[in-house]
Amino acid sequence: MIISLLTSVLSITLRAGTSLVYATVGEIYTERSGILNLGLEGMMLMGAVTAFATAYYSGSVGLGLVVALAVGAMLAAIHAFLTVTMRANQVVSGLSITLFGSGLASFLGQRLGPVSNNYYLVGMVGPKFTPIRIPWLSKIPVLGALFSQDILTYLVYLLVPLAWFYLYKTREGLNLRAVGENPQTADAMGINVTRTRYLYTVFGGMLAGLGGAHLSLAYTPGWTENLTGGRGWIVIALVIFAMWNPARAILGAILFGGINAVQFRIQAAGTTIPAEFLNMLPYLLTILVLIVMTWWEALSKRIGAPAALGNAYMREDK
Amino acid sequence: MRIIFEKRQSISRRAMVLVPVVSFLVSLLLGAILLLISGANPFETYAAMARGTFGSTYNFSETLVKAIPLMLTGLGVSIAFRMRFWNIGAEGQLTLGGVAAAWVALYWAGRVPAFLLLPLAILAGMVAGALWAGVPAFLKAYLGVDETLTTLMLNYVAILFAAHLYYGPWRDPQGYGFPGTAQFDPSVWLPRLVGTRAHLGLIFAIVLALALWFVLNRTRWGFELKIIGENQVAARYLGIGIARNIVLALLLSGALSGLAGACEVTGISRRLQQGLSIGYGYTAIIVAWMAQLNPIAVLFVAILMGALLVGGDQVQMTMGLPASMGLVLQGMILFPMLAGSLFTEYRLRIVRPEKTDPLASETVEAAS
Amino acid sequence: MNEVKTPILEMQGITKRFPGVLANDHVDLELYPGEVLALLGENGAGKSTLMNVLVGLYRPDEGEIYVRGKRAEIHSPKDAAALGIGMVHQNFMLVKTMTVAENIILGMSDLPFVPSMETVGKRITEISKRYNLQVDPNAYIWQLSVGEQQRVEILKLVYRGAEILILDEPTAVLTPQESHELAGVLKVMTDEGKSAIFITHKMEEVMEFSDWVRVLQHGKLVAVRRTQDTSPQELARLMVGREVLFRLDKAACTPTETILELQDVHADDDKGLPALRGLSLTIHGGEIVGIAGVAGNGQRQLSEVVTGLRRVTGGQVFIRRKDMTNQNPLSVIKAGVSHIPADRIGMGAVGNMAVSENLVMKGYREAPIVINGVLRPNRILEFAHKMIEMFRIATPTPQTRIKFLSGGNIQKAILAREIDACDGLLVAVYPSRGLDVGATESVRRMLLAQREEGMGVLLISEDLEELLTIADRIAVMFEGQIMGVVASDDADVETLGLMMAGVKREDLAVEIEDAVSTSTASS
Repeated sequence: MIISLLTSVLSITLRAGTSLVYATVGEIYTERSGILNLGLEGMMLMGAVTAFATAYYSGSVGLGLVVALAVGAMLAAIHAFLTVTMRANQVVSGLSITLFGSGLASFLGQRLGPVSNNYYLVGMVGPKFTPIRIPWLSKIPVLGALFSQDILTYLVYLLVPLAWFYLYKTREGLNLRAVGENPQTADAMGINVTRTRYLYTVFGGMLAGLGGAHLSLAYTPGWTENLTGGRGWIVIALVIFAMWNPARAILGAILFGGINAVQFRIQAAGTTIPAEFLNMLPYLLTILVLIVMTWWEALSKRIGAPAALGNAYMREDK
Repeated sequence: MRIIFEKRQSISRRAMVLVPVVSFLVSLLLGAILLLISGANPFETYAAMARGTFGSTYNFSETLVKAIPLMLTGLGVSIAFRMRFWNIGAEGQLTLGGVAAAWVALYWAGRVPAFLLLPLAILAGMVAGALWAGVPAFLKAYLGVDETLTTLMLNYVAILFAAHLYYGPWRDPQGYGFPGTAQFDPSVWLPRLVGTRAHLGLIFAIVLALALWFVLNRTRWGFELKIIGENQVAARYLGIGIARNIVLALLLSGALSGLAGACEVTGISRRLQQGLSIGYGYTAIIVAWMAQLNPIAVLFVAILMGALLVGGDQVQMTMGLPASMGLVLQGMILFPMLAGSLFTEYRLRIVRPEKTDPLASETVEAAS
Repeated sequence: MNEVKTPILEMQGITKRFPGVLANDHVDLELYPGEVLALLGENGAGKSTLMNVLVGLYRPDEGEIYVRGKRAEIHSPKDAAALGIGMVHQNFMLVKTMTVAENIILGMSDLPFVPSMETVGKRITEISKRYNLQVDPNAYIWQLSVGEQQRVEILKLVYRGAEILILDEPTAVLTPQESHELAGVLKVMTDEGKSAIFITHKMEEVMEFSDWVRVLQHGKLVAVRRTQDTSPQELARLMVGREVLFRLDKAACTPTETILELQDVHADDDKGLPALRGLSLTIHGGEIVGIAGVAGNGQRQLSEVVTGLRRVTGGQVFIRRKDMTNQNPLSVIKAGVSHIPADRIGMGAVGNMAVSENLVMKGYREAPIVINGVLRPNRILEFAHKMIEMFRIATPTPQTRIKFLSGGNIQKAILAREIDACDGLLVAVYPSRGLDVGATESVRRMLLAQREEGMGVLLISEDLEELLTIADRIAVMFEGQIMGVVASDDADVETLGLMMAGVKREDLAVEIEDAVSTSTASS
């Protein structure tokens, strides 16, 4: 009894956390280059709607992923152009990406559907990723949940250690960290600041698109308005929670995936707590996480954020 | 040949006016491309949008109906943005303002004189909005907690809370399951312009915009807010209390959004119901930025944005296009706007190529 | 040396324009292998610009560069590095949150994808032994002293095989003794055939470090000399463009009541590490007390503690005998304290606001600028016109945003505001840093005028010459403590230098003997 409960909580946690890990790792890379991307919510929504539409018509979930990657990359490229080349305010640029992305996702959701459904995508059933059970391993009590997931979740197991290794152990990771900490120095050391910032902003956008695709192709297959429900914003908090370290991205995702799972279980068990209050939990938890992290940072005098985060860089500024 | 940015010697006034106008045109152009791709005729669509928003007195009044909450939230967001406080919680502040006004309208009727009910409802809305903005302001000013996320998270909390009320304890028992409260007593209805749905909120917005312009530009407090917004280090050095002023400014910011919510429930729906806000609080960000945080300009930009919303509804009805077309156009306005603001401080300079060197073969390759 | 050497580096007719400024005007430069070239000039003469062109940070508008006789196109620091040119910038180009080793290999292209930090560390240790540049490869930059950080910068260049080293005012952050050590390091390097360009505005350093000297003035090359054929006097004349440096007439000091008294003050820096450790100091009305010391020994924190910008963790601050310990900045301002901060555009002024607005940022709280909380635009303009005239601030209009003014004029505006509001104590931090001669002179005159008015002046400066010229007493700071206070008439650079290196005044009697003997030995 307790084992099946734990198994199901762990399983839901992983499924719910997958999209968060993708977007969080992506945003960590973007912010490490000194660019704050508040456009994640828009990118995830666009990734979700385009991935689903593509999969629906082509029958291929793989093609859906490719399109989501491309769409995330394009939106991120707009953000990079505005903030790096045109030196626009990063907060406002990110916000406008989110406003544009959610508007366009909603538009496409009412335009890309089949004629029979009045062009609506809502309510359509398309192909989706199904869990793949790994023989033997998936039979382990509780931990077996780790090995009966969809392919995108399995990829997370690879992504997180790779992202960590790249950032801290390789030449390119070193250069990336330097750009976010001190672009003047990076520039003087021959690192192309503009190129680095474009590259990792676009990379972050691709992962956000992928996270969105996981939502519409695996977690809750299909398309509904506001499918992401603020996940793109929670990710921004998770980056702070992870202290800009990809390895810790997994912790935040477990925390927030876990709260989804607990929500499910409580609702399934029948309770007098109104559903709306349960649904508030992730958002309240985000605020709590922010307060605790800020307080802890002030106490330990450790500044985790890249020092140049949010600042445009221009060489001949005189 | 290379193109480089060169800093101007002074701020270009021409660019400050031209950039928003050009941005609007560019966004229409981009929208046209999107329309073409999705198989609609852009000229017809834009014509339908224009007719639907400015074509008749009634249509224009409907544009105003959408513009009023945008004006009020836009003003609120502008104050916060002037302090470099990224309040993206206008949506939640508006929602809670509506909730508080509804609470007074539903539960105070009969306990206070009828003529006081409407002012009290509006006041309650403003207080609720102020407090809802005050929480992140306090967290930011005294603990340093990032306000972008807290204000945004509180939107979801406020919207869920409102939903809980109109689905649960406040639901109209005679409402056949419709998610909403009972209609308010007519004494709590905000007066409307005859024959339209445009309400007194318009007057509030105009008066408040003028008052705000005066406060921000002509008073000691406004001067202090300006210094804080421009340079917090300098503000501290000049002995200006930053934390206190941020909280005060945000209380004002939230109160304006709360007022928008109170006006919506007492002036339009006359009950608290689903769909109180259709993203006004987010569009307010576009309004504020496009108006370059100038309170008077907010009024006009809000009308333009209201027109895009009404226009979106119009093309849905007449041409079967999704209403979110309006949102897409709104979202696109900021891109050229953001790209263009660089030109107020920089100009483009084209650098001629260096004359070709006959001894080019002698040139040392950088890599060697 | 009779053999004819060919230059390793030639710059010909370099011109670089910034909007409104001609930073370099057809400047020529030659550098020979195994030699040190001093680039001498005042602040703003165009030395740093010229060097930034050489390392590819700026692109010249005109001119050509030849390295080892071949025409070189240097578009980025990477190109410069490939040609063996490296620069130690005035603001160190180091990433504070990374280790020494990581900083040294940063941006190197011929590095394996996954570099072995062990190998890198070994090579660093090798090089540091050879040139006597001791530093731990695994230490984080933020843990290092300024002198050690400079060593990392030099190591970084050598590690990358630089043959031409550019040092931008390297001694500004060093004690006189550390500067001698640096001279030793350079000697080893030039003996190996490397060459160096040494940027400075101090004549003595030219004499100590260089073989050749080129003097820049207002972006133009005005003189080329062999160091052995010139003298500090001639260089001073060439650099400033007139015969003698100005001398300021200074009345005798007549100290009055105690204005500021610090008793055993302790305070932390931004990282929470102790910055002031039991500092005591007294300033009277009518005197200028100078604070000497190598940057980063708590001077900034001292000024912040006095002005209420930083909390003290122990001890007391009295202003006119009133306890002002840990009072907020506004109370300190109201007690009559004015502050000219080190960071002009970051703290002293609001760049995007008008000159007139910046001028009333202290007076806006009271009538006639404000009545019943409402500003009076006409009064603000009147006041601004008065200040602009009195302090000769060059601005197109009072409504011009202050960031469009030159550094000297921004500083004059800040001085105007602070002096007008001053009623007791003026705290001036590096007030003439980066200003040209004319502006420096007027700033110093204004400070002296405040002293005549009976104000107490706390002058923090890195320029010993300035302190010796206008201060009445000089207190030397080292690691958050006062090493001693000397009357400026009795002070000399050598003594101050030793105190700046952490020798207490009481212990000086013995040390001076040694110092004098070593310095005669080395020269």
